[in-house]
Amino acid sequence: MNRRHPAGVDPKLLIKDAVGLLPDPARRLFLRGGASLGALALLSGCDIVDSTSAERALIRISYFNDRVQGWLFNPNKLAPSYPESAVTRPFPFNAYYPEDDAPEVEKEDYKLEVGGMVENKKSWSLDELYALPQETQITRHICVEGWSAIGKWTGTPLREFLRRVGADTRAKYVWFRCADTYSTSIDMASALHPQTQITFRFAGDILPRKYGFPMKVRIPTKLGFKNPKHVMELAVTDKYLGGYWEDQGYNWFSGV
Amino acid sequence: MSVDAIPHRIGTAPAEPAIHPLWVRITHWINALAVMVMIGSGWEIYNASPLFAFAFPPAITLGRWLAGALLLHFAAMWILVLNGLVYLILGIVTGRFRSKLFPIRAAAVLADTRAALTGRLSYDDLSVYNAVQRLFYSGVLVVGIVVVLSGVAIWKPVQFQELTALLGGYDTARYVHFFAMAAIVAFLVIHVIMALVVPKTMRAMIIGR
Repeated sequence: MNRRHPAGVDPKLLIKDAVGLLPDPARRLFLRGGASLGALALLSGCDIVDSTSAERALIRISYFNDRVQGWLFNPNKLAPSYPESAVTRPFPFNAYYPEDDAPEVEKEDYKLEVGGMVENKKSWSLDELYALPQETQITRHICVEGWSAIGKWTGTPLREFLRRVGADTRAKYVWFRCADTYSTSIDMASALHPQTQITFRFAGDILPRKYGFPMKVRIPTKLGFKNPKHVMELAVTDKYLGGYWEDQGYNWFSGV
Repeated sequence: MSVDAIPHRIGTAPAEPAIHPLWVRITHWINALAVMVMIGSGWEIYNASPLFAFAFPPAITLGRWLAGALLLHFAAMWILVLNGLVYLILGIVTGRFRSKLFPIRAAAVLADTRAALTGRLSYDDLSVYNAVQRLFYSGVLVVGIVVVLSGVAIWKPVQFQELTALLGGYDTARYVHFFAMAAIVAFLVIHVIMALVVPKTMRAMIIGR
């Protein structure tokens, strides 16, 4: 039990606020500990469970659940929209670091890098991005922790951007790299969903730093952690590249 | 004489029907396992964003942290649902639900509750459920269906948004899921106490008689 949590530290707070501060190897051993081994012993019917092989079995089931969710995903089903009055104020800040540590990206220096299976790999300045056609959505952001909040996001449908850069939409994934150490990747079907958006504004204002300046990706058909902020690079790829939380055991598809 | 007696005894044994047929016993214990994993991991998931001003002590939750708990929850869910479907289908087609759980009459429930609390309820014939058992077993079946449906509603509030709306929306469905869990835990407390009070019921659920 004490492998991960120093004595006197509330593990809940660690999970909520500071999981990213723990050393990598410790975080990966998420199932170590008496209670979990007991559960796995029950689950597998074995008295002695090697936690690494048990973890592997659970990860395999998680990959199976990715496939099930891909099959359940209806590319034409829209996430419910809400009236302006339903917007959560203030909209919660959420990251693996405190708000003051959110990356500061300079507008003038910003270039969105585009790579992988696309015809045009030229990078995009913020003014070029702002000139793209934009739409507004008021949708529910659902966190993997369970809470939810309704926000108003304005930006360009990702599928429109992918069309303009000549992306090979037969590719499996779109991968995003962020200005912090964050990254995530999504399936092509979700990338082409009409509500999946590269976002430049929140509640009508230029996206503030805490919500991901200068650009985030808003995907109302996925959990919050699949909506990367401060996106610096986008790549279309057939290679599974996981992501910051996905590599630590969170389900990759995480559709809602 | 004794040589005759032995085959005779063996020969008549299958003629006495088991109190619980094999499929009931198997699905019961698989369900017990799946429910324990679902509840333990569910408590850890709850702790990530509590609905009320309390959290479950980490010592009694499963999964170590949110990601581990989610992996367990979404693995055990398959066992719970598949086993539950087998149980529901066999319960209906074999007529077991109809013959064992019905009818449930309010007067009988009150009378049997009073008898149970004053220690006068008979547990001699385990093949016939008393009125309180009928109410509890059919009630927990309904709650089991509610916990699965509300779970689906908060897992897929976009893909299955009609179901989520039916349950009052995403935030309300979380409460429905929580209270259904709480009802199952309350059932389990009474269920386990009664199994310990009348240990032969436990034996019947293991070896059939």
